[in-house]
Amino acid sequence: MTQGLNEERTDPYAGTTETSDGPVFTVTGQDWDTIDPSAVEGDHLVINMGPQHPSTHGVLRLVLEIDGETVRDARAGIGYLHTGIEKNMEYRTWTQGVTFCTRMDYVAPFSNEAAYVMAVEKLLGIEAPEKAQAIRVLLLELNRISSHLVCLATGGMEIGALTVMTIGFRDREEILNLFELITGLRMNHAYFRPGGVALDLPDGAIEKIRATVRLLKKRLPEYAALCNANPIFKGRLKGVGHLELAGCMALGLTGPVLRSTGYDWDLRKKQPYWGYDTYDFDVVTRDEPDAYGRFRVRLDEMWESLKIVEQATERIASMAGEPVMVADKKIAWPSQLSVGADGQGNSAEHIKHIMGESMEALIHHFKIVTEGFRVPVGQAYASIESPRGEISCHLVSDGGTRPYRAHFRDPSFVNLQGTSVMSEGGMISDVIVAIASIDPVMGGVDR
Amino acid sequence: MADDKKQDASHEIQQEVVKSDAVQLEVINVREGAFGAHGTGDTSGFGGLTQPVIMPGAAQKPYGGWYDEVADKLATLTLPEAIEKVVVHNGEITFFIRRHALLDTVTHLRNDPELRFEFCSSVSGVHFPHETDRELHVAIHLLSMTHNRRIRVEVVAPDSDPHIPSIVSIYPTADWHERETYDFFGIIFDGHPALTRIMMPDDWPGHPQRKDYPLGGIPVEFKGGTIAPPDQRRSYS
Repeated sequence: MTQGLNEERTDPYAGTTETSDGPVFTVTGQDWDTIDPSAVEGDHLVINMGPQHPSTHGVLRLVLEIDGETVRDARAGIGYLHTGIEKNMEYRTWTQGVTFCTRMDYVAPFSNEAAYVMAVEKLLGIEAPEKAQAIRVLLLELNRISSHLVCLATGGMEIGALTVMTIGFRDREEILNLFELITGLRMNHAYFRPGGVALDLPDGAIEKIRATVRLLKKRLPEYAALCNANPIFKGRLKGVGHLELAGCMALGLTGPVLRSTGYDWDLRKKQPYWGYDTYDFDVVTRDEPDAYGRFRVRLDEMWESLKIVEQATERIASMAGEPVMVADKKIAWPSQLSVGADGQGNSAEHIKHIMGESMEALIHHFKIVTEGFRVPVGQAYASIESPRGEISCHLVSDGGTRPYRAHFRDPSFVNLQGTSVMSEGGMISDVIVAIASIDPVMGGVDR
Repeated sequence: MADDKKQDASHEIQQEVVKSDAVQLEVINVREGAFGAHGTGDTSGFGGLTQPVIMPGAAQKPYGGWYDEVADKLATLTLPEAIEKVVVHNGEITFFIRRHALLDTVTHLRNDPELRFEFCSSVSGVHFPHETDRELHVAIHLLSMTHNRRIRVEVVAPDSDPHIPSIVSIYPTADWHERETYDFFGIIFDGHPALTRIMMPDDWPGHPQRKDYPLGGIPVEFKGGTIAPPDQRRSYS
């Protein structure tokens, strides 16, 4: 931008699309004929892919410098889905924070909640009851399967494998039905709470989970049968988005991308939490650090998650009647929820108690719901293994009823930094495959 | 038995008092009253309370476990005066590093085989407007996959000179983290290859996650009532 152009511009919010560096063309698809090739100087073309491109997993903008169909330079532009979740959490109580952070990575909402409640519990110095931990593990693993299914489904759709998309969403629906049964919502659950979970599993949930596991065991082999040895699928994925271990370390990539390099780094095994060390499962690795290797890692991880789901289900079934929230009444959410004829609601018994029997109980209920509990001064950093890698929550408390600062290290945000190194030098069509193999969710990237 | 316990507790409190260095107390705020409401006719006397909010103080050796190994090794490698203090709290160790020595320190943290924090998990900022000349904190979370350890490196800068050396040359992953911290807190990372906004639009005025930046919002109106925006509702101290 020359100085002269700057001076001419009077409106500070005027368009920033003007450039003095070469001519600018605006094409939106199916109108490439309108460009006069003689007006293009040199071989290189800088194009914008997104932020509204169907294959960029949400509102991701890619600035590609291309030479023919070869990508010379790729940059990711993010921030289009920034909603100020971290700032908003500073103005709500510690319990309300879950409602905000569950909306970050909306494909794996339980991982967001898990990282947050783990950090709050670390600051409080408490541990959720065993049954609550088992329910959390159950939901986290079901969520891992549903998230990987979305990754395979959308990744397949982007290369034209529409059947993978339709069966992927078909199977994810089964898991979302379970979420709806257990938490009341298909996404944005706010089900994990500091000190436990919002309410116990409803009647019949155990049976439904077992039935779904049986169904998934029948259906998961379909993905392998469709894709694993499919020459077109392999031709599109093999060798695309190559990133070795050293690259992952330097750029901070975790999750299936890291495990596709052969390194068995999984926080569920390395830094176990909530009893993960007592479940029998394997960490899936593969020595193929490309899109195909990551696809296979995710496929196999779903089987491992199913193993954990089965074990957690049996544990929960054997813990009928045990508490799902800490006993400390100064932390536990006072309202007792129950499932009524019209879905979910407050327990009539609890309402009778606070409205008709005990004034103190009403005061307590009112105080903890409106004011919330206080968390000791200090800071904590909690990390868990989300479907996409390490998600961490850095919380600072000033001893008040709200977080002083909440920051999330979202795996999609960090992994997306691998875009450039994965796609530069490749074909423009492989950029899509490379990004799909990272599996970014923009809600988590931008927060 | 009960008396014994009490004595133990008081002993522990005494140790706490000895442990923290009074010069380095991190007072981040002063809390007034007990209920958060100001200017009301509160006659209970609690309204007159004033309490400093103090972050956990410096720990004294031995820190326990592998903390001592890392701290001792780091002390032999870093520049003199690099480590301002070490805080052990909630099972986490935090090294407060003076900013002139940050780049040198993280280089050793990554390269030394006994330390080998090869993975930078996160870089983020915290704004403490009441901590004079130490308003801006940057928390760097490092992970050693080799030894399976996590540490926090904290660097402070005054609001009047918000400069902190960039660690992108050591941990390339810090690129976007530092851009985000710049965007939200206005901390300038010297040596960053392209320190531009990442979340907010390029021409956005201000740095939204600073405490002096309002949350914003509009009141929600109901029939016969109005709910104030979240940052203007009653808050509890």
